[in-house]
Amino acid sequence: MWAFALRRLLHTIPILFGVSLIVFLLVQLMPGDAADILIPPEAPPDVRAALRAAFGLDQPVYVQYALWLRRLMVGDLGVSIFTNQPVASELFSALGNTLLLALPAALLGFSLGVALGMLAAFNRGRWPDRLFSAIAIAGVSLPHYWVGIVLVAVFAVILNWLPAQGMGAGGVPTSWAQIQHLILPVATLSLIPMGVVSRLVRANVLETLSQEFVATLHAKGLRPARVLLHVTRNAAPAALALMGLQLGYLIGGSILVETVFNWPGSGGLMNLAIFRRDVPVLSATILVLAAIFVMINLLVDILQAVIDPRIRR
Amino acid sequence: MAISLPTPALDSPAAVATAAEGKGYWRRVWERLRTDYFTLVVIAVLLCLVLMAIFAPLITVYDPQQGSVLRRLKGVGFAGHWLGTDEVGRDLWTRIVYGGRYSLLAGTLPVGLALLVGGLLGIVAGYRGGLLNTLIMRGMDVLYAFPSILLAVAICGMLGSGFGNTVLALTITFIPPIVRISESVTTQVRGLDFVEAARTSGASTLTVIRYHILSNVLAPILVYATSLISLSIILAAGLSFLGLGITPPNPEWGVMLNGLRQAIWVDPTIAALPGGMIFLTSMCFNLMSDGLRQAMDVRV
Repeated sequence: MWAFALRRLLHTIPILFGVSLIVFLLVQLMPGDAADILIPPEAPPDVRAALRAAFGLDQPVYVQYALWLRRLMVGDLGVSIFTNQPVASELFSALGNTLLLALPAALLGFSLGVALGMLAAFNRGRWPDRLFSAIAIAGVSLPHYWVGIVLVAVFAVILNWLPAQGMGAGGVPTSWAQIQHLILPVATLSLIPMGVVSRLVRANVLETLSQEFVATLHAKGLRPARVLLHVTRNAAPAALALMGLQLGYLIGGSILVETVFNWPGSGGLMNLAIFRRDVPVLSATILVLAAIFVMINLLVDILQAVIDPRIRR
Repeated sequence: MAISLPTPALDSPAAVATAAEGKGYWRRVWERLRTDYFTLVVIAVLLCLVLMAIFAPLITVYDPQQGSVLRRLKGVGFAGHWLGTDEVGRDLWTRIVYGGRYSLLAGTLPVGLALLVGGLLGIVAGYRGGLLNTLIMRGMDVLYAFPSILLAVAICGMLGSGFGNTVLALTITFIPPIVRISESVTTQVRGLDFVEAARTSGASTLTVIRYHILSNVLAPILVYATSLISLSIILAAGLSFLGLGITPPNPEWGVMLNGLRQAIWVDPTIAALPGGMIFLTSMCFNLMSDGLRQAMDVRV
């Protein structure tokens, strides 16, 4: 078990390294550099040269990469070109806001997804199956940024029950006013994992149910509730892996919903950085989001191995 | 939305076995599909959408980019504009019909390109194995480290908006999962006896791949690729919605959704229309993919 975890951990190091390389490559491919963004084109060449030197842009590309990597190693994510503030503090407070949406959405989406998938599988071919499968396929086909807009139209514009945008006072929600701001974006986000998870759970449970050991369990007179436990345990690892991926997608892919709801999270920060051409903020955000995704996958893999001994090859 | 990539189940020996049964396979697929009326209806709807996009100038008399400020944000049923007008007074029905051109293309083109590149890489990796396999698959692991939206947004955000960059970004996003699935089915087929027999009888690598591998791995790879189209449509429109994909004033469903966002305070119905089209199209592609999967008897 520990050997597996260690091996899997070591495996992530080259991946993180590759991620940093891709982000750096994208920055290099970006038209223009910090000097072009900060000063007008007619600025005197010596000012431009001084600025480029200050950002280290006069160094060869591989030196720039090495320096950037060295700063990353000590947790220095750079300074925003636009606000001249360290990126790290801005990014981590934004990430907190993203988690505020992603965690409840993941929890809601997973529970609904598992429940719908199980109900569909145990009622195969009957109306609950058809209904829940239809809900699931709608869930995976819906452009969730549009769902957000529709929810705002219904609950904020027409009914005027909930706020349309923003997160209100901010911070961990303690009052009803703050929770109100969470409801629409969380509901929107939870659609994705709900659809994907329920489809997988249905398929997995059906497959497990068709295996011979289930018939054996029934034959030896085990109570249905106990049989359910066996089935669940067999279907769990794949569902768990998917949930991990989904949580990563909710955190890393939050840009669309955060834009719709004007939510000050990491996706919103990224959107801002793109339009401000704020390269340090943009590259740090992409890097950190990808690193979080990698770490979640690592945890899921290890958790899967804990549940299912067959995975510890 | 399936912002997540559909997860390829990597253990599909059944798929390989069925596909390996040989000659009459595609005929049997067609026979199964022919009796699946639901999927046929879905395919017909998709065909209608495609035809609408192609023959857009014949369907509507308006110019998709030409509006009248005097007729801004008219509701559904307004005289002369049965779906109303948008925020600068352009006919909404016209914009939706023309928008299908971009949205359908942005949904299918990246998947097609990724299928070519990813399929080739995956088959080569699976067939050759060894160091080449390790290199390709570890490279893909790195791309897998990015959630799909993040990768697409990162590429478009850095390289700039436009149709070309959208297609490029989505193609790169879809290559890793296609490589992974192609590699895994190819590895399974490669170990089968008939491939061994072909090789010992002196067939060249190219011949073995062309006649024995390709015909057996194509079905599962194709089915998986069709399941990506709906995601590609949602992501492409999403990029445009963020202002990173197709640029205004081009008619594209994501662009329209962004433009009409503020209109929900005036007329929620017309603001919801372009998104409804994205939903309809992506749903149809998902249902078609499900139908094809059943007809091809592939568990991907």
